[in-house]
Amino acid sequence: MASEALGSVGVFVAILGGTLRGSVPFLFVSLGECLTEKSGKINLGLEGTLLTGAMSAYAVSFLLQGKLGSGLAPWIGVMASGLAGLCLGFIHAWLSQQRRVNDIAVGIAMIIFGSGVAFFLGKSFIQPKAPQLPTLDLGFWSTVPAVQSALKISPLFLFGMALAPVMHWFFRSTRWGLIVRAVGDSPDAALAMGISIPKVRMISIMVGSLFAGIGGSGLSLYYPGIWSENISSGQGLMAVALVIFARWNPIQCLWASLFFGGAQALGPALQAVGIDQGRYLFNAIPYLLTLVIMVLTCSPRKTLTGAPGALGEKS
Amino acid sequence: MFFTQTNWRPIAEGIFIPLGSLVLALVLFGVFVTILGNNPLMVYEAMHQTAFGNWRTFQGTLLRAAPLMLTALCTALPARMGLMIIGNEGALVIGGLGAVITGLLLSYGNLTPSLTATPAELSPLLIQLSMALAGILFGGAWIGIVGALKHYRGVNETISSLLMNYIAIALLNHLVEGPLKDPRSLNKPSSFAIPEPFMVGNIGDTRIHYGLIYGIIACLVAYILIQRTTFGFAARVAGGNMKAALVSGLPVGKLTLVICFLAGSCAGLAGMVEVAAVQSQANSSLIAGYGYSGILVAFVARYNPIAAAMVAILLGGIINSGGTLQRNFNMPDATVLLFQGLVFLVVIYSESLYGRLSWFRQSQSQ
Repeated sequence: MASEALGSVGVFVAILGGTLRGSVPFLFVSLGECLTEKSGKINLGLEGTLLTGAMSAYAVSFLLQGKLGSGLAPWIGVMASGLAGLCLGFIHAWLSQQRRVNDIAVGIAMIIFGSGVAFFLGKSFIQPKAPQLPTLDLGFWSTVPAVQSALKISPLFLFGMALAPVMHWFFRSTRWGLIVRAVGDSPDAALAMGISIPKVRMISIMVGSLFAGIGGSGLSLYYPGIWSENISSGQGLMAVALVIFARWNPIQCLWASLFFGGAQALGPALQAVGIDQGRYLFNAIPYLLTLVIMVLTCSPRKTLTGAPGALGEKS
Repeated sequence: MFFTQTNWRPIAEGIFIPLGSLVLALVLFGVFVTILGNNPLMVYEAMHQTAFGNWRTFQGTLLRAAPLMLTALCTALPARMGLMIIGNEGALVIGGLGAVITGLLLSYGNLTPSLTATPAELSPLLIQLSMALAGILFGGAWIGIVGALKHYRGVNETISSLLMNYIAIALLNHLVEGPLKDPRSLNKPSSFAIPEPFMVGNIGDTRIHYGLIYGIIACLVAYILIQRTTFGFAARVAGGNMKAALVSGLPVGKLTLVICFLAGSCAGLAGMVEVAAVQSQANSSLIAGYGYSGILVAFVARYNPIAAAMVAILLGGIINSGGTLQRNFNMPDATVLLFQGLVFLVVIYSESLYGRLSWFRQSQSQ
């Protein structure tokens, strides 16, 4: 192993590479969830969206490679994953805004439904190899193969990195951003402004779900770059936790995603240099850390700072 | 009038809306079945045959219903108090771990016995009860943490219980790959097995183990607790209006902790049943989705423990028919998951229909 020869530097490079690869789905689901929650609704079902997105991207990329060539087909796959996200987002948005319906319940149903759809329709795509998205080799300057492979960055990652500040600007400085925040913080005020709350929430949830779908295409067309039933290790479920961790701030969603991606990369990187003890406990670090942060920052009397005022309340 | 219309209309609504949901879910499921090129009517018939067709296959349905009854209570009980807990899977895993650790300690004296070790000569009943107690205590403590975090720190119980699922699964993987590992389990790391004589046996000459009895008893006890005791009444008051409960001096904190403990202990008992009656050892087979399906059961049953037992049998039948669909129709094993998802979505939608369909309104004259 190259990383063994490099010793501690090798571990660092492996963690860096793993972080850059592994944070892509986290980044997209957290930004999607952030947008959804800013409008005052929770979408717990992004795990299902992520899986359906991964499956549709892979299937479309595989089916179209003959017609469009393996350069263009994966990009159509990314679009398909976004479309799949929009569809699932529509179901969630419509259902969660019905009378007497709890959005958490809809979320759990959407996890089961989304993963059901993905595995049901995706069964026949488990074997074949679909063309993958191209990567940008930012490690061209190095002669060390480990560094080169660690710095193979997906354009999706750059897109997600750009999306975070754009979303931050959107919430802070645009009229539409204000409208979304108003609906999430104080629906009564939004209503008085003449805003249609169901419409704003519908759009926010659907676009948020679109992001999560694209995050799924990162799983199946970039890293790990296959389609199988255990392709997601719960990244979609982490969305809600990530957004709490990031205090509903898109820029912090970026840092949180990198951090969670890094925590995920820690186990395999240490394993590569022979440290195998407690591999599974490393996997639990992000969950444990989120829990600890919630315990430290919550108090029985007030809600979390940064949380949209009407989050999770009955409409 | 002796027999007025006001009586039967809400009852009819309560029967027709769930039934209609089930039919709608079946129709939507049929659409997906048709996409894969199968005849939906034949698929329905095969599902019905496997799930409820004859006594032999119905036993398989009841086997799968047993853990579902218990995991459903983990969501249903706190829901009556207005708490949405989805940590069923984690509590099941922890309960199963507790049961296996207790079983091994009692029969061998340590967790990794030598391959030639012989189990102690103890009464099987004693060991089974100890394992059940361990499952109850471990699972109860696990969800009890969620309740404590909610009460003392105001941490959202839904999110914390979801996170705890992943921590529980990581703990299971760690233990069966490390401290508890049986060196003979190569492909699927597992703990050592509980000796055969100490396993929970089957009822009569059926394939059904006593776990089903545990499930039914738990549902009955939960029903009585919620509907017929002051404790249950207090919990329901707090669920209906937390402010009123606080103002009237109900011990909301104590209620939260106790109901979370009871919820977790049910799921923990489900883990014990899976370990001590089915798997005999702790491994990744414990993560079979009974936790998440249990949430569905609780929902469809509208958090009523008796209804949960019946819905568990229905869902057990659906899960049971999965194998047949795979073998006879060459359908993916996720077919059952998709069907569960559809039922869940339709049932959630149907919830918003109560009182809204004009046909069931009392004011309408017939």
